[in-house]
Amino acid sequence: MLSEKNLSIVEKKMSEWMTAFLLISGSFFSFVAALGMLRLPDTLTRMHAATKAGTLGAGLILFAEAAFYQEIGITLRAAAAIVFLLLTAPVAAHLIGRAAYYSGIKLWKKTWIDQLKEVYSQARKRKELSRDQ
Amino acid sequence: MPESDVIVGLAARISLVILLLSLALAFIRLVRGPDAADRIVALDLISVLIVAFLAAYSIYAGETSFLDVAIAYALIAFLGTVALSRYLMRSVDVVRKKPEHSREENE
Repeated sequence: MLSEKNLSIVEKKMSEWMTAFLLISGSFFSFVAALGMLRLPDTLTRMHAATKAGTLGAGLILFAEAAFYQEIGITLRAAAAIVFLLLTAPVAAHLIGRAAYYSGIKLWKKTWIDQLKEVYSQARKRKELSRDQ
Repeated sequence: MPESDVIVGLAARISLVILLLSLALAFIRLVRGPDAADRIVALDLISVLIVAFLAAYSIYAGETSFLDVAIAYALIAFLGTVALSRYLMRSVDVVRKKPEHSREENE
């Protein structure tokens, strides 16, 4: 009897500490994302920071919520939110990246691979050729 | 367990402060961003940070209905990001064309 009580106390304490750890680490990764958003030199590198670290931070905090309440409804809702974030972040990043590249953003001066450059200049040339004909 | 409540409350408070700081940093980029694409990226990060803030505040206040708000906000923010980036692509397409050529002539 006593050992069960102690066990439940220990379990509760472990879940509290785990919640605290997940909260702190999630907010740390969110801060890293915001710091990268402020400090990185380029739109595409900023997008890299925002998408990956931001999604990880929000997912960790939602997981902390699931670990704190430990009810089936809360856990399911937190899991749905995490899955939704994980599904929408790459789609949004792809759309933003394509729009940014089309709109002719300046790449970082140390970027030395730009494979889309030739593709788009060729495409534009082909378009101009067809327009001339 | 008052002691463990202290632990979670302290952690939630610290994480709320850090999330507010990161929201401020993302807002600086939103104001300062030299291009429209930078502003869209900053808005996307701000929406993800607001979702995280809602989850942390739900732990801090002991109110579980903020989680529903976070899910609905994530949905609306994704739609907003998609709409903004499509708008940016469309405006760029219009700007790049020469004014004497209409779209039907190109295609």
